[in-house]
Amino acid sequence: MNFLSLFVLIPVLMMTGLWLARNVQQVRMVMVTGASALLALAVVLVTLYLSERAGGATEQMLFTASHVWYAPLNIHYAVGVDGISVAMLMLSAIIVFTGVFASWKMQTMPKEYFLWFCLLSLGVFGFFISVDLFTMFMFYEVALIPMYLLIGVWGSGRKEYSAMKLTLMLMGGSAFILMGILGIYFGAGATTMNITEIAQTHIPVEMQRVFFPLTFIGFGVLGALFPFHTWSPDGHASAPTAVSMLHAGVLMKLGGYGCFRIAMYLMPDAAREQAWIFLLLTAIGVVYGAFSACVQKDLKYINAYSSVSHCSLVLFALLMMTRTSSTGAILQMLSHGLMTALFFALIGMIYGRTHTRDIREMSGLMKVMPFLSVCYVIAGLANLGLPGLSGFVAEMTIFVGSFAVNDVFHRTLTIIATTSIVITAVYILRLIGKVLYGNVENAEHLKLTDATWDEKLTLICLIVAIAGLGLMPWGVSNMISESVLPMIASLNF
Amino acid sequence: MDYSQFLYMRPELSLIAIIVVLFIYDLFSGEKARGYLQPLTCLLLFAHILLNLFPTGDNINAFGGMYQSQPMIAWVKTILSIGTLIAVMQSNVWLKREDTHHKQGEFYTLTLFTLLGMFFMMSSGHFLLFVIGLELASIPMACLVAFDKYKHHSAEAGAKYILSAMFSSGLMLYGISFLYGTTGTLYFADVASRLNASPLQLMALVFFFAGLAFKISLVPFHLWTADVYEGAPTNVTAYLSVISKGAAAFTLLVIFIKVFAPMITAWQEMLFWVIIASITIANLFAIRQQNIKRFFAFSSISQAGYLMLGTIGGNAIGMTSMVFYILVYMIANLAVFGVISIIEQRTDGKVNISDYNGLYKTNPKLTLVMTLALFSLAGIPPFAGFFSKFFIFMSAFSAGFKVLVFIALINTVISLYYYLLVVKAMYINPNEQPVATFKSDAYTRLSLVLCTLGIVLLGIASGVYDSINAFSFGI
Repeated sequence: MNFLSLFVLIPVLMMTGLWLARNVQQVRMVMVTGASALLALAVVLVTLYLSERAGGATEQMLFTASHVWYAPLNIHYAVGVDGISVAMLMLSAIIVFTGVFASWKMQTMPKEYFLWFCLLSLGVFGFFISVDLFTMFMFYEVALIPMYLLIGVWGSGRKEYSAMKLTLMLMGGSAFILMGILGIYFGAGATTMNITEIAQTHIPVEMQRVFFPLTFIGFGVLGALFPFHTWSPDGHASAPTAVSMLHAGVLMKLGGYGCFRIAMYLMPDAAREQAWIFLLLTAIGVVYGAFSACVQKDLKYINAYSSVSHCSLVLFALLMMTRTSSTGAILQMLSHGLMTALFFALIGMIYGRTHTRDIREMSGLMKVMPFLSVCYVIAGLANLGLPGLSGFVAEMTIFVGSFAVNDVFHRTLTIIATTSIVITAVYILRLIGKVLYGNVENAEHLKLTDATWDEKLTLICLIVAIAGLGLMPWGVSNMISESVLPMIASLNF
Repeated sequence: MDYSQFLYMRPELSLIAIIVVLFIYDLFSGEKARGYLQPLTCLLLFAHILLNLFPTGDNINAFGGMYQSQPMIAWVKTILSIGTLIAVMQSNVWLKREDTHHKQGEFYTLTLFTLLGMFFMMSSGHFLLFVIGLELASIPMACLVAFDKYKHHSAEAGAKYILSAMFSSGLMLYGISFLYGTTGTLYFADVASRLNASPLQLMALVFFFAGLAFKISLVPFHLWTADVYEGAPTNVTAYLSVISKGAAAFTLLVIFIKVFAPMITAWQEMLFWVIIASITIANLFAIRQQNIKRFFAFSSISQAGYLMLGTIGGNAIGMTSMVFYILVYMIANLAVFGVISIIEQRTDGKVNISDYNGLYKTNPKLTLVMTLALFSLAGIPPFAGFFSKFFIFMSAFSAGFKVLVFIALINTVISLYYYLLVVKAMYINPNEQPVATFKSDAYTRLSLVLCTLGIVLLGIASGVYDSINAFSFGI
């Protein structure tokens, strides 16, 4: 068996372990063991991948394996990774690991909570290792459905409404994707579902014109494509901390990854023709998300709209179709995943203490919980693109790559999108000033305590990763920019 | 006459043997011995399933073409027998009640008679045998629907069922008479070779289809469904919603392929609109239901629409997907009705969706089974329903019905919404007085375990699909 399948197997084992667990200690033990194993596996994968590449392996996908599943329909269980998936797997492993600690104090039905949590991570990992359209789609849907119960049962606020809205919108998107997948399969001659093999064939342009927008919008719904992003603020605001982390940090990346790997890579002609429509939408999303974040009063809503803005930037950069911009897009996925997870973790911790997320009711938190506040400042600075943190690397690469497309339309859009950096600075600094600095106005808040060990562990892991990516981006960025080449080559053919 | 031909009818003969044994046992058994009817029926049905796993041969054509069978038909018979076995197991508690325990034997024989009718329907090579099979499947079914005859609802449902069944049979016979008038024969093979899509034959096709569509409960022939499903005893509803529907849907496909193949464009056009109507209208009605049995009646109408997606292509992959869909739908729906039935029995008739509020707190295992079944019905991976839905979409897509597939896909989102409403009730909605914790009887538990295994494994393990695929035939 291919060792990549361990990414699916470990969550399955974790779920079995949880099923057998009798008390909360055992549940935690299973989760910590499993999440650490996943993290270790991801580190091993990165090392192996880099050494294979250094050793001169030039195939697009490494560690491939393929088992026939449904022979009459050419469905295989096929796995394989390139630089992009390796980066995404690493990101997912980090977020799952920190997510476990972020939900350390989960009181209500911890066993069930972690069961769904494991199913969610199973879907995410499975999606990133798959190279077969069917398998990929299956894992995609596996990752979506646990959200309903995770938000609906363990969420807060208008949780039932948000859970239903999120699930239905994402499932609507996946209906589009299914349509697109069928179009791709039959357009490519109905002989294979393997992505790398389909990429060698040519899907008729008329079919591409119909199925590209379906697939792109389908994945775009999850990637917060304007105007299909409306599930995101409500969903993230209502979800429990670790679920917000995993959802904004990893699950939204499934959208960008799918847009790139399936929609654009397999249907490049239509992608070139229709890119302008989606570029307009994403540019709107970037600026609109940032502006919306400025006027929100709920910490989670601010971060959710900020996510919309940043995820739109990912799609924007991908649609620019240059090597630099797409490398930047993948870096942005990584960077945003880590940042937003850090944000949601922090918001969860602050909310757990103050029992409010309304920024008007909080002030001077730096005095009562310095550790959390400093982390919040770091997350904010990463978000607005301070050099030395991951946000800067990603956004710099994106804008340099986008501006390189030499015509008025693309350059204008790039300039418009760049303004989001300034707007981001506005809402982040305003937030930090209001909530963290100044005097503590609510006397109740003076009694609050600072982070406990499990919270510190979560935060430090994420901050190390953000700073690591910001200070030493070249290893990751080389790995990614090699891997985007086949996609870029087919798009610029 | 060559009496060895009877051996080809092994599934039917073994079923008749079971019916006779049960009938005689019931006739001569006392109050105490009647308690063994349930295990005896299960045992005999199990033996019957095992017996029919051995193939009888390819392309059987017995009694001058009157009786036909292919390995695929034999497979579907096995699938339906398994479903019947599960349905029989689930009716244990209901049949032990004071008002029903003296007529257990009738329940088993009547159920098996309808199954026998469906077997004949599927295997017929002549319209006469087909109509006999159909009536044999309908009339005992009406008795089953009215089984709780002292309950107002049940008796009313029985009357509704028998009236609409007779009406649809009448329509169908009228259609068949057109066929006889224009072709001069009732043998499937001969009719097929003499079809020329004349207006009269088109009428025949429409009437024939209308008759079977009543059985499958496709829109606009669905009006009896909700009332009958609600009024019938829950275990009968379960049987009606999967076995009867599955058999009729499969028969429709077989007859379309065997008889109406020359008129494929006509019935494809007809099915196109019927599918859209069935899926959409049933979905919209399901959202508003408060009674869980009515709710699943509309859900089953929309599922029937999806089933027809496998028929519309008339190709081999469509047949495979459809039979697989029948199997998966059967397992999931039996799980649902198993849960509904045991809750109804243990709480003295609670069948509203709001009664399920907070069920997870008191009966987590039942809730889990119900959740998995609902996810499977909604087509959520990794449960079997996802695979069967994907395959059936793929088959319709391969036949060129892209718009239809798209509409059906959008409808899956609506259906997800109302399935999630039940999930929401069980997990999220608070309830002052939830259903009390109870322990199910062994038969129900076993049947639910079987269903759960089916839901989880049928999709992930591709073996069943492959074995179905080996036998499917298209136009």
